[in-house]
Amino acid sequence: MDHPLQGQDQTLLQQGHSGFAADWSSDQRAFKKVSWGKAMMWILLLSDTFIFACFLVAYLTARSSTNAEWPNASEVFALHIGGRDLPLILIAIMTFVLISSSGTMAMAVNCAYRKARKATAALMFATAALGACFVGMQAFEWSKLISEGVRPWGNPWGAEQFGASFFMITGFHGTHVTIGVIFLIIVALKVWRGEFDRDQRSWMSAGNGDYEAVEIMGLYWHFVDLVWVFIFAFFYLW
Amino acid sequence: MTDTPHALATRHVAHDEGQQHPIKLYFVVWVLLFILSAGSYWVDYAQLQGLLRWSLILIFMVLKAGLIIAVFMHMAWERLALIYAILLPPLALIGLLAILIIESDYTAGTRVIELGQGAGAPE
Repeated sequence: MDHPLQGQDQTLLQQGHSGFAADWSSDQRAFKKVSWGKAMMWILLLSDTFIFACFLVAYLTARSSTNAEWPNASEVFALHIGGRDLPLILIAIMTFVLISSSGTMAMAVNCAYRKARKATAALMFATAALGACFVGMQAFEWSKLISEGVRPWGNPWGAEQFGASFFMITGFHGTHVTIGVIFLIIVALKVWRGEFDRDQRSWMSAGNGDYEAVEIMGLYWHFVDLVWVFIFAFFYLW
Repeated sequence: MTDTPHALATRHVAHDEGQQHPIKLYFVVWVLLFILSAGSYWVDYAQLQGLLRWSLILIFMVLKAGLIIAVFMHMAWERLALIYAILLPPLALIGLLAILIIESDYTAGTRVIELGQGAGAPE
């Protein structure tokens, strides 16, 4: 038996909608050509999608049900640089930092497929550094707003729900980024030490060049970037 | 490498479930994401208002989300079984959104009646 994890020959899989019906009604596993680790990460991300969606819908409800004017994000998040106010500039920089980190993560996953050990680890460390940079800027943003008097129950500019929505949504997202940075460092260290290349099974890898943990880590990291796309659009730009 | 049974099995599975795409594709998507982000920041910088602002925000958002999911998260190359399992359930959120838009309109209306226009603003 040379194929212990699969119930059937994967080259015989049907394509298209008949393949979809066959997969979902099949024995043992519905997600062919996807390891259990990857499928589980996708399901975690699906549940996380609902959590963030609930926050964003709650924010929308708060914003459209208040009669007070909603604070203008463009002005609230402006920074005074070089003698003039640049609207939303910090948020724009944070967006670019997070997209850059998604790019380095995608490269890391690509290198992991080619089992380029050092390049994979280096790119993951770069991703973690950009993520830490993002969290740092978020901490700066939080302290700036708190010093200006923004609280979950009120703020100087308008609708009281602004602070609650802001701290809840960006706080939860920042927590996700922080957890991501920690796990990126853990996985990157393991790759760097060559733990995935040995003929030895661990909780993250089956060994012998099984770099799938990098791809699963990548899924999580891209999701964090994905959530930011929606927060940026609905909270900061709207 | 000595081919233990474990070594044979792991290599086979890794070959079967891995994906490999040209690195150029990632660079192209990366650049596109930068351009789209710059576009959404420009919407705010140029102080566009009204329908134009909202439609541009949504278009840039959907394009960015689509590129990240399809290419960076490799969803474009997965089988339909996984694509449907992950991408269809969030459509239920449209229902939640619709219900709460109606609810918040009602709340806003009762606030105007009970508290007067502009209630809730700082003194």
